[in-house]
Amino acid sequence: MTTQDPIYKTDALIAENIEAYLEAHQHKTMLRFITCGSVDDGKSTLIGRLLYDSKMIFEDQLAALQADSRKMGTQGQEIDFALLVDGLAAEREQGITIDVAYRFFATEKRKFIVADTPGHEQYTRNMVTGASTADLAVILIDARKGVLTQTRRHSYLVHLLGIRHIVLAVNKMDLVDYDRAVFERIRDDYAAFARSIGIADFTAIPISGFKGDNITGPSANTPWFEGPALLPYLETVEVEDTRDQAGPFRMPVQWVNRPSLDFRGFCGLIASGQVRPGDAVRVLPSGKTSKIARIVSQEGDRDLAVAGESVTLTLQDEIDCSRGQVLVAAQAPLEVADQFEATIVWMDEAEMVPGRAYWLKIGTQTVSATIHAPKFEINVNTQEHLAKKTLDLNAIGVAVVTTDRQIPFASYAENRDLGGFILIDKHTNHTVAAGMIHFALRRAQNIHWQATDIGRDHHAAMKNQKPAVLWLTGLSGSGKSTIANIVERKLARMNRHTFLLDGDNVRHGLNKDLGFTEADRVENIRRVGEVAKLMTDAGLIVITAFISPFRSEREMVRGMMQPGEFLEVFVDTPLEVAEGRDVKGLYAKARAGQLKNFTGIDSPYEAPEAPEIRIDTTETSADEAADLIIARLIP
Amino acid sequence: MTIKTLTHLQRLEAESIHILREVVAEAEKPVMLYSVGKDSAVMLHLAKKAFYPAPPPFPLLHVDTTWKFRDMYALRDRAAKAAGMDLIVYQNPEALAKGINPFDHGSLHTDMWKTEGLKQALDQYGFDVAFGGARRDEEKSRAKERVFSFRSANHRWDPKNQRPELWRLYNARKAKGESVRVFPISNWTELDIWQYIYLEGIEIVPLYFAEPRPTVVRDGLTLMVDDERFPLREGETPEMRSVRFRTLGCYPLTGAVESEARTLPEVIQEMLLTTTSERQGRAIDHDQAASMEKKKQEGYF
Repeated sequence: MTTQDPIYKTDALIAENIEAYLEAHQHKTMLRFITCGSVDDGKSTLIGRLLYDSKMIFEDQLAALQADSRKMGTQGQEIDFALLVDGLAAEREQGITIDVAYRFFATEKRKFIVADTPGHEQYTRNMVTGASTADLAVILIDARKGVLTQTRRHSYLVHLLGIRHIVLAVNKMDLVDYDRAVFERIRDDYAAFARSIGIADFTAIPISGFKGDNITGPSANTPWFEGPALLPYLETVEVEDTRDQAGPFRMPVQWVNRPSLDFRGFCGLIASGQVRPGDAVRVLPSGKTSKIARIVSQEGDRDLAVAGESVTLTLQDEIDCSRGQVLVAAQAPLEVADQFEATIVWMDEAEMVPGRAYWLKIGTQTVSATIHAPKFEINVNTQEHLAKKTLDLNAIGVAVVTTDRQIPFASYAENRDLGGFILIDKHTNHTVAAGMIHFALRRAQNIHWQATDIGRDHHAAMKNQKPAVLWLTGLSGSGKSTIANIVERKLARMNRHTFLLDGDNVRHGLNKDLGFTEADRVENIRRVGEVAKLMTDAGLIVITAFISPFRSEREMVRGMMQPGEFLEVFVDTPLEVAEGRDVKGLYAKARAGQLKNFTGIDSPYEAPEAPEIRIDTTETSADEAADLIIARLIP
Repeated sequence: MTIKTLTHLQRLEAESIHILREVVAEAEKPVMLYSVGKDSAVMLHLAKKAFYPAPPPFPLLHVDTTWKFRDMYALRDRAAKAAGMDLIVYQNPEALAKGINPFDHGSLHTDMWKTEGLKQALDQYGFDVAFGGARRDEEKSRAKERVFSFRSANHRWDPKNQRPELWRLYNARKAKGESVRVFPISNWTELDIWQYIYLEGIEIVPLYFAEPRPTVVRDGLTLMVDDERFPLREGETPEMRSVRFRTLGCYPLTGAVESEARTLPEVIQEMLLTTTSERQGRAIDHDQAASMEKKKQEGYF
């Protein structure tokens, strides 16, 4: 163990003058960093060492550690620092960390938050998560192995997430006899690679986490190394205040504080810039302008607030402004758009479904969004572009994202808070992806909505009816088409103007390019939804008969229609019954393996949770079913 | 342009306030679990700041065991009133009826009063989000805890089924019946908490400061005889010792440390010079390495 560096001589001050110590420590800054490396790179050992050397480990923890080290350590009689930071029981048994863990330590100058993430290939998700809040990355390399594929992967991800400070920690120098040539060769190899992926700068340090070389101070074992030791470097590297505050003022409105009629405070965390009373601001996307009246705080009004602070602002004028909108410097507004190119990191077990609507949360706003088929997937190891139809767990790709309304944004490169988003599955509520906006696409903005003189109300009035969509969903062979046909016949007798869109028929024309994969089924329903919407605009009563197995898409179509116009009809036939009927012989084929992705057999059917109408075909005849539906449509 | 460098406490404060506001904006019926300890005191202080000049728009919930220190009950009522917040005190009626206590019932005491009591209270009032004052530095398995920690409809925590938290974006969506525990001070350490209390002048329970108190030493723990319910064993007589507490819980389960630290700086000084971690005084952790994790899976906070 190396001797303690002078930066840790704080004990004396604690004992002699605690007030002076507290005063000094109240001016500490904070640095968040991520450590990247595999199990064998000694990452956990390094973190354990940092905690130990900065006195974040107490005697009882050390005693437990010594006991654990003997029981399951991998370092013989020596203390296994890795055991300090491996958390969950299952992981301890396997001897690996499998999630993001956050560790804390502090020196006189800084408080550090370390995101500890695993280096396994399948856990790109965790590394991206850990990197998203980090200001700096420590990339560990085993001096005996040099730059490996995983080093490239980690570096690529760190760069992708916009981390500006990179430390290349060449670890286990003790095992290569502190050989300068080994260190320099690895440093140069890495430099060549780093340049190739756009990393402008990095700091290489030869260390031994196990022995403590170049951790808290210069090591006598590496007299040839003139750079800073790891901890002194972490203590002095520039934090992001300057960059964050130099930009124009931006604050996503998080909460409107309205305790009484005469106070309306706009609360949020400032994403960029500075703000003072009197500053002219604009609300986006509405574009309305006002001036800052007060910066309100419990300790009294303030005259300045800066990026990174959570504040409450009041405005001089009563203008509309709510959660999700963004307050910006009036003379430097943000771009507003509804279609973007973005890098997507897929994080869910269920693969991405292009065309499906997901929730997109950006800043303090949540909107509905669809992801188009990826332009390409990126091989994280080689950075090659691969053609892919979708993205699965841990895949990274570039795709176009369309939101259901205009949102204010910045590119991720410019601002993490205004350009980073997550996608949420509307049914499982899982966070399924992280996204980083590159730029807005102009397409949507260039196609304007052409107002027509004869509107949907006029069309409906001419037909003397209320347009509607009767959406029949159910398994293949449940009786949808039969019932739909009877409904249309009966409505025709009542002089109603109708149109029946049938699943099989549509696939002969409009959708003949689509197959039966999940993505194609989503697109099938989207197109049918759009057609049905045009028909309701034309005043028609639309009857559809599609299996439409996924809730998400049925909800998507519901969302396209006017409130109350969409009636979901669940043609509820148990699988055994439908399969027993097997009018088209499809179940037999599917069972024989000749038909893939067949609903009910090897593709799921998500039954409606609250359909407007449910038909139990084991108890109701097709004719009775049609009457039930019409009774609901025309009470 | 002058750049204002933010200190670590300013950054932590901003993050916590952001989390508190995010929950209030997205939850249907949030509540703040208030245990009267120093972490709760900081969390409550942050909530007041987050919603100033309005009072925090949610109630405080104290899941009571009837075995807290008397000083804690006094501060609890005073602090809720000062914040202008409703205080809900919940005591598990079954535990009350059975007279569950830490002397006779061992771990059943924590299970029934705290674990079951918390679940019952959340279910009874229909709270969908509960703020808690847990910190990631407290214990190893907590280091991986999310800020938004999801619980199934029966309050179980599944370590494999937690959502990734990127940037400052928290996904608060959940199915009916599911609930979320949110930890706004996840990234604070014990020292951060003390420094903030010092800097902001936050009132904490006097038990954190040393004072002569009636105590007995039992099974390696120095216990305070806080009221007449403490059953003294053969040969035990309470002795006045100058003690203070590093964490506060049920008085028969909370070990005191001998100390002369009577002011906040002195307490912090002792904390910095100390050689044992703060959870050492808690009986609950001594079972086995992963005991906290097991308790958490069962629904203990």
